[in-house]
Amino acid sequence: MRQLIPTNRTIDFMGQRKLAMVISGILLVISVASLVIRGLAFGIDFTGGTLVEVGYEQEVPLDQVRKVLAENGFGDAQVQQFGTPRDLLIRLAPREGVKSAEISDQVYRALRKAANGKVELRRVEFVGPQVGDELTEDGALAVLVALMAILMYVAVRFEWRFAVGSVVALVHDVTITLGFFSITGLEFDLTVLAAVLAVIGYSLNDTIVVFDRIRENFRKIRKGSPAEVINVSITQTLSRTIITSFTTLLVLIALFFLGGEIIHNFSLALILGVLVGTYSSIYVASAAALTLGVSKADLMPVQKEGARIDDMP
Amino acid sequence: MLNKYPLWKNLLVVAVLLLGLLYALPNLFGQDPAIVVTGLHGAQVDADLEKKVRAALQEAKITPTQVERNEGRMLLRFDTTTDQQKAQHAIAKVLGEDYSYALTMAANVPDWLAALGGRPMNLGLDLRGGIHVLIDVDMDSALQAKLEAYTGDIRSVLRKHKIRYLTVKTEKGKQLGVNVKFKDAATRDKALDVLAEEFRNLGVEAVDADGAYLVRLTMPPAEVRATKKFALQQNITTIRNRVNALGVAEPLVQQQGDRRIVVELPGVQDPTQVKNILGATATLEYRLVDTEHDAFEAKETGKIPPGSRLYKVREDGRPILLKKRVIVTGDQITDAASGFDQRTGSPMVTVSLDSKGARRMRNVTTENVGKPMAVVFKETRVVGRDANGKPIKRQVEEVISVANILEPFGRRFQTTGLDSPQEAHQLALLLRAGALAAPIDIVEERTIGPSLGADNIRQGFISVMIGMAAVLVFMVAYYRVFGLFADAALIANLVLIVAILSLLQATLTMPGIAGIVLTVGMAVDANVLIYERIREELRVGSTPQAAIHAGYEKAFSTIMDANITTLIAAVVLFSIGSGPVKGFAVTLAIGIVTSMFTAIVGTRALVNLVYGGKRIEKLSI
Repeated sequence: MRQLIPTNRTIDFMGQRKLAMVISGILLVISVASLVIRGLAFGIDFTGGTLVEVGYEQEVPLDQVRKVLAENGFGDAQVQQFGTPRDLLIRLAPREGVKSAEISDQVYRALRKAANGKVELRRVEFVGPQVGDELTEDGALAVLVALMAILMYVAVRFEWRFAVGSVVALVHDVTITLGFFSITGLEFDLTVLAAVLAVIGYSLNDTIVVFDRIRENFRKIRKGSPAEVINVSITQTLSRTIITSFTTLLVLIALFFLGGEIIHNFSLALILGVLVGTYSSIYVASAAALTLGVSKADLMPVQKEGARIDDMP
Repeated sequence: MLNKYPLWKNLLVVAVLLLGLLYALPNLFGQDPAIVVTGLHGAQVDADLEKKVRAALQEAKITPTQVERNEGRMLLRFDTTTDQQKAQHAIAKVLGEDYSYALTMAANVPDWLAALGGRPMNLGLDLRGGIHVLIDVDMDSALQAKLEAYTGDIRSVLRKHKIRYLTVKTEKGKQLGVNVKFKDAATRDKALDVLAEEFRNLGVEAVDADGAYLVRLTMPPAEVRATKKFALQQNITTIRNRVNALGVAEPLVQQQGDRRIVVELPGVQDPTQVKNILGATATLEYRLVDTEHDAFEAKETGKIPPGSRLYKVREDGRPILLKKRVIVTGDQITDAASGFDQRTGSPMVTVSLDSKGARRMRNVTTENVGKPMAVVFKETRVVGRDANGKPIKRQVEEVISVANILEPFGRRFQTTGLDSPQEAHQLALLLRAGALAAPIDIVEERTIGPSLGADNIRQGFISVMIGMAAVLVFMVAYYRVFGLFADAALIANLVLIVAILSLLQATLTMPGIAGIVLTVGMAVDANVLIYERIREELRVGSTPQAAIHAGYEKAFSTIMDANITTLIAAVVLFSIGSGPVKGFAVTLAIGIVTSMFTAIVGTRALVNLVYGGKRIEKLSI
């Protein structure tokens, strides 16, 4: 048997929960502060605007492209390389006086003329300001509804303290992931939102596995304080937690390096989310449930009347 | 502990796997460049047509690899894209404008597989290239137009009952209604009875304001809803017609919400042209020509007779005076077809109207036999936006046809006086497809060039393969023989995901591929849970058989709980998210369900097969 994690000794996770709380607290404060002060660099999915990706046959200096755009009245355009030096991404804010859907046509026509046709239109994304607002609302709603639905499921399947614990862990993960995007200034678009929601699913998956074991052990281990039972449970599931995170990270890293530019921020958000989610299912979720006072009595199976009689031979 | 599966369980696993392989199989076959020929204006795709097409291709020295004809469409496959494009030119020359011949890639699925319903996955626009457009229908304009139509109707009803009115005005502002002003209370009360009788679908009430005697007709919410619904439906039909005329294979035109339309056109190369055609807010109106006044004189002097308006004829730019009252508008036209007049042999267009339009047309033409009637082409073009972001619109109005009313007509009538069959054809096309019930605005566009689509497929494929290979290697290294079982389950899982996506014809997008990659990573979780349990059982001294049994048993509820919660997240994503998010949610949800089957039932079948029913000293785990 190969072992990543020693299993013969119970690790005192709950004893370290003060330290974990401090670390989480600091991370959360930094994240929230950055989200409030800097905000997120929302992509055009949410702000509205136009994005044009063009591919040149040869490498092209950015200044030259900017000059061409400025000459054609697009002085406000942001130009950046996208993946390779031949691929450029041009972003334009919504503008007055031009029918929005036509901006991309004008930009491409201007670039094509300047490059003697040696440029190819690879992608256009145009989102009207109104649609952008709707996507923002829908996105926020999706996160909230997902959290609510999960809270309810866990409350029914387990116990309300666990439900609160898992949601605390989820909010923790989402906030830190968002905080990371805020601090680094990486673009936050629809795919990153999808990644954040996937993080919710993933982190929860991890948390549930731990909770499941805690419930089982509360019923099985007669002696021991709740903290001890939780420690035993986390230790028992630790190798699973780490192996699953590891395999998931393996594919995410493949996606990050090989999946292409469009999927870059998506995989980054997930990689971060998986790391934070693994940490939170060990330290945050159970600690929160423990702090709320989860005890053996809360998790004993409800004895049905008459069940005993049925068990008699 | 015997750890034997009953026969039916083993058969179930085998059956599911075979079905999965069968329906995943179509994706292994390549795609042929092909042309889809479909009839546009009720034109038939029959054996005669096939003969014509074959002859045309023979003449152009192109041999299609295969020709299929069924259900009003014909599919021609070719070896190369060069052949395909040459063939399109050859066919276009022979068939003219009554048919659409769209270039497409046709899946090369063998007949027996296709007969079983085997189809390759539906690739999203981000993988195959194409244009996605979200269109917003201007409902305010639709309602305003409806009110204008009501004012005309109100005037004619009052005239019919010989009730004198002062003014008929649409109310500006929030309230949707029409105010009719009368000189005294008695006339107003008489009008009130008549209008309430005639316009049962509207709210009709008497209002006294500032010494004026008014009847106010308002649109009740149900009527507003009906008007909006009609405008949306009409626009969808119009846009669908326009898209069909563009000749794109597998176009998608779909309602989204209560005022939006999604248009997806795979493989389109020129987004500018598409947007222009979709956005053209052309509509048509039938008006009587003012024959009592001279149009040239009116133009020179600038004195336009009251009740008339000055127009320009599109063909030669000559001025023409038309009566202000509209007889019918384009949205009342239900059908139009071009053809030849049997008596004179000149080109003509046969137009069909809905019942309301037909009634008006009959009334007007009965009174005006022998007089000319004009068809006005109206187009609203958005030329810019003002400071508040409101679109600035300019209206183009041209007379595209003038013809004499030979006899009174109603529902179906012919418009002659057209110069050529081509013109007749074009007019019919415009009448049939041209009228948008309300102006539209493109609020979202996503265009993916074909090369980027190909890059996306390649990168997606590579990352799935590499990611999966890494997981496969790790699992064998860590869990040995049991790792092999998990690997088999993982591969089976991928096959099942592909099979289900193909069967459902769900669209695979780049985020969808990301969902698959994520599932691959997470699918082994169930096996990790089970195996870690087995190891625990072994550690506390269980026999191998008992450990296997307990491992699967105890891990089961954990796996269920963990997967159901992730499934909840996926379902929420699917129902609330849009576009890219949906694609991700679909593959994630499918992956969760299939992984539970392969990881629990599938690996257990293998474990039982290898270890079950015999004495074992040691497990390779």
